[in-house]
Amino acid sequence: MGMREDTLIPKIGVITDIRKDTPDVKTFRAVSPEGGVVFKHMPGQCAMLSIPGVGEAMFSITSSPTNTEFMEFSIKKCGCLTDWLHQMDVGQQITIRGPYGNAFPVETELRGKDLLFIAGGIGLAPLRSVINYVLHYRENYGKIDIVYGSRSKEDLVDFNEIKNEWSNAENVNVYLTIDREQENWDGHVGFVPNYVKEIGFSTDKTALVCGPPIMIKFVLGALGELGFDKTQVYTTMELRMKCGVGKCGRCNIGSKYVCKDGPVFRCDELEELPDEY
Amino acid sequence: MQKIAMDRISQLFSAIAAERALYLPMKKKGAVNFGKWEEGAEADLHALHTVKSPKDLFFPQSEDLVSFKMRGKEISVDAPDAPDEKFVVFGVRACDARGMDVLDRVFLSEPVDTYYQARRENGIVVTLSCSAPEETCFCSVFGIDPARPGGDVSAWIADGSLYVKALTEKGEAFLSGLSLLEAADEAEIEPAVRETKAVMERLPLKDLDLTGIDGNATEKLFGSEKWAELSRACLGCGTCTYVCPTCQCYDIRDFDTGKEIRRYRCWDSCMYSDFTRMAHGNPRKSQVERFRQRFMHKLVYFPANNDGMYSCVGCGRCVAKCPISMNIVKVVKALGSEAKE
Amino acid sequence: MQAVEKAIKEKARALLADGTVDRVLGWEKGEYCYDNTPAVFTAENLDSLVYNSFCGANLSKYLIAESKKEGRVLALLKPCDTYSFNQLIKEHRIDREKVYVLGIPCHGIADVEKLNAKGIKGIERITEDGGKLIVQTMYGEKECELNDVLLERCMACKGPEHMVSDDVTEDSAPVELRKHDRFGMVEKLMQMTPDERFEFWRSELSRCIRCNACRNACPACSCLKCVFDNDASGVSSKANVDTFEENMFHIIRAFHVAGRCTDCGECSRVCPQGIPLHLLNRKFIHDINENYGEYQAGADDSSAWPLVDYTQDDVEPGAIKGGKN
Repeated sequence: MGMREDTLIPKIGVITDIRKDTPDVKTFRAVSPEGGVVFKHMPGQCAMLSIPGVGEAMFSITSSPTNTEFMEFSIKKCGCLTDWLHQMDVGQQITIRGPYGNAFPVETELRGKDLLFIAGGIGLAPLRSVINYVLHYRENYGKIDIVYGSRSKEDLVDFNEIKNEWSNAENVNVYLTIDREQENWDGHVGFVPNYVKEIGFSTDKTALVCGPPIMIKFVLGALGELGFDKTQVYTTMELRMKCGVGKCGRCNIGSKYVCKDGPVFRCDELEELPDEY
Repeated sequence: MQKIAMDRISQLFSAIAAERALYLPMKKKGAVNFGKWEEGAEADLHALHTVKSPKDLFFPQSEDLVSFKMRGKEISVDAPDAPDEKFVVFGVRACDARGMDVLDRVFLSEPVDTYYQARRENGIVVTLSCSAPEETCFCSVFGIDPARPGGDVSAWIADGSLYVKALTEKGEAFLSGLSLLEAADEAEIEPAVRETKAVMERLPLKDLDLTGIDGNATEKLFGSEKWAELSRACLGCGTCTYVCPTCQCYDIRDFDTGKEIRRYRCWDSCMYSDFTRMAHGNPRKSQVERFRQRFMHKLVYFPANNDGMYSCVGCGRCVAKCPISMNIVKVVKALGSEAKE
Repeated sequence: MQAVEKAIKEKARALLADGTVDRVLGWEKGEYCYDNTPAVFTAENLDSLVYNSFCGANLSKYLIAESKKEGRVLALLKPCDTYSFNQLIKEHRIDREKVYVLGIPCHGIADVEKLNAKGIKGIERITEDGGKLIVQTMYGEKECELNDVLLERCMACKGPEHMVSDDVTEDSAPVELRKHDRFGMVEKLMQMTPDERFEFWRSELSRCIRCNACRNACPACSCLKCVFDNDASGVSSKANVDTFEENMFHIIRAFHVAGRCTDCGECSRVCPQGIPLHLLNRKFIHDINENYGEYQAGADDSSAWPLVDYTQDDVEPGAIKGGKN
């Protein structure tokens, strides 16, 4: 007997691996009960994860669509549902529905471009999907720069992947920074927006920015100072969501629904929205 | 066009109810709402408005979406069957019929909401022409003609008879199954239609001016200083939202019955403080912003996404029911001068 | 009431002019004559202040927020509103120093739905002539007695006295109080069998749409965060997930305001479905009176109320009677 289909009816995901990335971020690997990804997605898209009776919330899909064996979600502990997720063990089932929202335009506007990724803290989660996608189809893109910062060395998500894979990839530059001086850290110290200005990127690139709202705000300022046009910068937004398909009304800003028309916005589009995020 | 004498109307209801559930405006302890008709029940076809709009029949205030059973680390998902009650909703006013067009835009656009869709397909909407509009009515501002309401079948009460006319195939099939109806001439309802039109001319809100309030007005109206004043007395309750035929925001919640987790959806209101609250803060911190959202959505954002269609139908329920008498008419009038600039 | 409105405006103007207050909390004229909205006025817009038999909203609760602001606000309080004000003072919700209370007379507040129920619809203008309402409608002129269309709460009027005021606007033409059996319906409910009573409340509460208007309008519901807005409470919900919750919302609320409810009747006035919510509160008031002696919440601003006060004369819990079994 086939079950009724509706986007609000979730599928099951089985947790097959849990990685502790930082003191408050874990990356969860999920597969469908039959194995493989629960559904296909594009980089930047999101999924609704839930533990029935605890809650349901939207998370960006951290893994690249090029990985068809499993999906990954990097999740920061910051509320009822995420607390629960952080306590669970491998083998736990969760519910997943999606994919929701648009994606970064990896197959259109971003094709053939030099890309500048700028992330802060857990903000690396949606960009990691794009970075791994772009590295998979390396020949379709130009030079890649990745600026990533966090409060401390321990708070850098995916440090191993960054160090062992991204830093060694061809024609990729990785710039890491942490907020304050720390033992065993000989890299850059300082906030991400300032670091971006210090490095002084040339404006022949397209920038993809994600991080805490305050970081995004200052990074956009820094890129502006470097001469970047708003049409060259993409970012992702986060608002409270329930349905994921632009009907429940929660993430409505102006005539846009972040869950459906976003979460990825080009900065000139973002600027047209009423200031309510 | 067909008709039946009003004194035989319960026979008609009886015939309809034999085939399908029949929902009608019915008075219960002083409040008129759509209720399921049973033999002997009395319909209130004279009440202009039900308290709750008929949207409840298609988008119920609360409905189960899915249920879960948790066993150790395993979760099993069970979805209820699609709603399958065949029904007729009789006595829907023209404004509320337009309200359903608004809801269709939301729920039937991709990805289709199958819960709503099933009810929409199972339901036959019989509208009823208004004979005595009230001072709170302003449907004509949105191009609605209360003497020629939409739906699957339109009905008129004139000259001691109920006249009906099918507007859709579904309506046609429905009427053809009702042998009690006799043929009638369309001219017979003309005096009643003219009478309604004459009343419409006397409505105090018939000239409510929406000039400049449209899908392009975000920039002009969002930052208006009027919002603070307009929203000052707002209690932050959900009355306007819940009596509105077009408000469709919802919440999804889990309820632990002890045996299973029922995930249900229920009406929600952007007027409520927790509507946009997240773990790390609330982008709409005060009632000013929540109040503004409701009216901007109806008058600006919705038209921007739906070919200019407003998500207000001028039914006047919020005008009559707001505990502190603040409503969309006052908002439109207050914003008017800025909108025209 | 026109003379009263004029006197109120004169007084307000004088108090604004001499700096006693910097704003006025009253009602603003609406589209028709019955849809007045609570509003804050200064000298510039005082002309749009209105006072008539349709100024139902109890302004006391707004003073929680208003008294947190700079300056001093002139509040127009009808006699029954002053009970709520006093109770809020007692609960330390309002800063008394920030409010200048002008007690204003009231001849009863009309209920538009009762006008409609009398077939008076399509209302365009209402003029008051003594105890009479002359209503201009789209369907001709109609007339009715104010006394015949009063809000439920006015049927159990507590009297023309203001329990607290800094000044009072004189009533040039006082009206006689309506005599009404305040607890009549409560006693009738108590006479019912539990099944009948359950049926009564099911039929009333099944109409509830969980709009929260009753809670949000209630001066006794002044919690910063209501238990029904708390996701973690397990009882939080917008709509009725089942009939149980539909009942519980109102019953829990009635328990929470017991002993503090002044019987101001806002809950019933604002309910879009016309549920007689005040009956739940009156049942508590009835029982408090019976078990602890006559008590009127809000009659003063300092005494401890029976449910938080212990005396040796207090009734033993076992003596609390249920309904007829």
